Amino acid sequence: MRRVTLKANGVRHELELEPRELLVYVLRERLGLTGTNVGCDTSSCGACTVLVNDEAVKSCTMLGVQADGMEITTIEGLATNGQLHPVQQAFHDHHALQCGYCTPGMVLAAVSLISSGEATDEAAIREGLEGNLCRCTGYHNIVKAVAAAAGVS
Amino acid sequence: MTSTETTGTFVGTSVKRKEDASLLRGRGTYVENLNLPGTVFMAIVRSPYPAARITSVNLDAARVAKGVVAAFSGADLAEDWKGSLPCAWAVTEDIKMPPHYPLAVDEARYQGDGVAVVIADSRVLAKDAAELVEVEYVQLASIAGVEEALEEGAPLVHADLGTNECYVWKLDSGDVQAAIDAADVVVTRRYVQPRLIPNAIEPRGVLAQAGPTDELTLWSATQIPHVLRFALQLVLGIPESKIRVIAPDVGGGFGSKLDVYAEEALAAALAKRLGVPVKWTEERTENYQATTHGRDVVHEFTFAATRDGTITAVKSEAKCAMGAYLQLVTPGVPLLGAWIYSGPYEIPNYSVTFTGVFTHTTPTDAYRGAGRPEATYVIERAMDALARELDMDPLELRHKNFIKEFPHTMASGLTIDSGDYKASLDRLLEILELDGIRADQADRRSRGDAKQIGVGFSTYNEMCGLAPSRILGAIRYAAGGWDSATIRFQPLGSVQVVTGTSPHGQSHETTFAQVVADQLGVDVDEVEVLHGDTAVSQLGMDTYGSRSLAVGGIALYHASQKVISKARRIVAHQLEVSEDDLEFADGSFSVKGSPDRSMTIKESAFAAFSAHNLPDGMEPGLEETATYDPANFSWPGGAHAAVVEVDTETGDTRLIRYVAVDDVGNPVNPQIIDGQVHGGVTQGIAAALYEEGAYDEEGNLLTTTMTTYLVPSAAELPSYETDRTETAADNPLGVKGVGETGTIAAAPAVINAVVDALSHLGVTDIQMPATPERVWRAIEEVRS
Repeated sequence: MRRVTLKANGVRHELELEPRELLVYVLRERLGLTGTNVGCDTSSCGACTVLVNDEAVKSCTMLGVQADGMEITTIEGLATNGQLHPVQQAFHDHHALQCGYCTPGMVLAAVSLISSGEATDEAAIREGLEGNLCRCTGYHNIVKAVAAAAGVS
Repeated sequence: MTSTETTGTFVGTSVKRKEDASLLRGRGTYVENLNLPGTVFMAIVRSPYPAARITSVNLDAARVAKGVVAAFSGADLAEDWKGSLPCAWAVTEDIKMPPHYPLAVDEARYQGDGVAVVIADSRVLAKDAAELVEVEYVQLASIAGVEEALEEGAPLVHADLGTNECYVWKLDSGDVQAAIDAADVVVTRRYVQPRLIPNAIEPRGVLAQAGPTDELTLWSATQIPHVLRFALQLVLGIPESKIRVIAPDVGGGFGSKLDVYAEEALAAALAKRLGVPVKWTEERTENYQATTHGRDVVHEFTFAATRDGTITAVKSEAKCAMGAYLQLVTPGVPLLGAWIYSGPYEIPNYSVTFTGVFTHTTPTDAYRGAGRPEATYVIERAMDALARELDMDPLELRHKNFIKEFPHTMASGLTIDSGDYKASLDRLLEILELDGIRADQADRRSRGDAKQIGVGFSTYNEMCGLAPSRILGAIRYAAGGWDSATIRFQPLGSVQVVTGTSPHGQSHETTFAQVVADQLGVDVDEVEVLHGDTAVSQLGMDTYGSRSLAVGGIALYHASQKVISKARRIVAHQLEVSEDDLEFADGSFSVKGSPDRSMTIKESAFAAFSAHNLPDGMEPGLEETATYDPANFSWPGGAHAAVVEVDTETGDTRLIRYVAVDDVGNPVNPQIIDGQVHGGVTQGIAAALYEEGAYDEEGNLLTTTMTTYLVPSAAELPSYETDRTETAADNPLGVKGVGETGTIAAAPAVINAVVDALSHLGVTDIQMPATPERVWRAIEEVRS
């Protein structure tokens, strides 16, 4: 077991982790942050995307022990004072989710894409979301939502 | 546009989804997020061989591993099963229906067939211990191909049956052979539709809790809580009255969660045996082996026509893979397309034959569209083939043969209530601006560009809204096709709606609230839609086959009418007028001619609750249930077009435009309809260009993860151009199904576009999916 200190959604946690525990299961099973979903086990689908030090990371590709000293934002930490984050709001306005299972990862990937300045047009948004799979929406409304949140047409 | 105006305050408008508030905040209740105190976790040991005799299962090492609670082989649990996992559709009298138990005992029949189960204190420890189970197998000869499995001497999936042929089913009308003999032109084509893996992003999961006297609560990522409850009695012998099935938030289904699975029965049986809650979550590779697949059908398809392009006969012979066992509706999937092999065209002579075939593969079952994408693909590919044979414009050929008057009884025997296929195609062409595309195509061809473009069409109809119970009975389906709704005014005026349909992304909580709010004259936010729990909703047939609105929505309408009728009696009694003197509008009853004498439906709800002053004999409460059995299927239709760019040097194909014009009847929520079309179209495009669940000849699955099975991302796809034409369906809301239209229409449009892009080179066929290699080889073949 290894001692790990990390911040999740602003809350500091001291954890004793098995070295093999993936970050996604640390979030889900140790911290009860079940908003982060697991879809594929092969880092293909992106459902488990979270922000690690403000950068989008598939949390099934990272060990919990690697998150020592880092700040993690999950979907539960995105809204402030009950107000949806602009990307969450845009997903609602543009009907960018159906079953909702890919949504937490998709939203956080979009947040990262916008904050890094890469969401410059539709093509860039589509390329930027390449690592996040959605089976319901065909991406059409996701792309519209991200473009709206990014302020690009 | 022929639209009947039933738009109300909420119906016809894009009300924002009620579902989003929790899902956007990460508060979904997916099964994997649920835990009960003392829960233990299940891992399944699966056969690595497509076919093998199981000679021994040694659980000793697993049983003493860290955290392990118990471990069982198939033989250990054989007495737990009171029946086989059910197949509800014996499509013919002499269909072969081999038994299918949750774990294999003597023989594994596909790669992924469960042979043992381990239960431990945690997900990880169960998986660790499963690796310690020692199974001795004797590998047997096996076969994966649907055509090869029918050949003389092919390895048998079920040796005792003496054949891999599961059934032969036929539908004939008119004299097809005479029409073919008399035809000026006959085109016969072979079309292969590969296996597709549905890929709901949420894998399956189940959590079972059993009480001391057989009470069972099962949470499952399922589309069918009611059907599952029924099936669990058959498998476990526990009366349905003691079983509660809950489908919480479900992360997509697309037909793959329209089933009764081994793991559901195992979790329930083990929860009962062990006295603690048992949980199982599927991994993705497991999903690819243990959750049903779709398609895997080979057609030989024939059109007969006169020289002027009038189609006189259609003849279809299809070999349809069942996989190793029959799941819930496996044999019936082809039948869901059986009546529409004439498409939106008037064709007088009709013959359809399906041969169901066992192969050493994961069972097939419904996947979005189920039977209708298979039919539409071959029809629309063959329309283009016939047009080439006739040297006729493919759109002119379609126009010429469109059904033009409704209601229309097809040669297959079913009656289409409404439609206007020409209107959809006309609108499509307005959006598409075909002349510009053809000019670009001509320029590229004359320049000999490496990158060529093509445009392909698909005009389609489909039958959904499953289904009239009498017809289901006539085609040997075990259950009915009705659905139910309960509408309950709470004393202070809020409204609960209980539906027997069970959403997994379709937005019932929003659209059903819109329908009911308009009927009752209340605000959409005052209506809560409850679903997916058999303790809350007793009567239901769940969600598949684009039935929720077309069947469940009409049940809502009828329940609303019953509520209004009772409220009217209460108001008439209280205002001391006759019921006929009351007008109901905007949630209020008023006396005709004296609009100041009125009472709201909410006030009548309180009166019904207090019961101080009700008509003699009236029961307190304002709550009504309606069960609706549709008289007909639902008949959406429309026209789709794809524009592709093909790199003739590499074979790489890119979809550059996709236009969809659909007639789904009167729209309830346009934004949600568009979302269904976008998602449906994407799955059809994916089938055409990217996805194939590939096996080697012996049945080893080659596409075992999302790194080899190519679910497209946003980067591969364009934004879509969608519109609607509207003809009202013959039901009180005028609505039709929409969940499957896009998938049904899209694949042939895309492949027709790829063929069109290469037609000047002499290419006339590309098999799905049109991978760069397939396209490149097709080009090389005509060049050499």
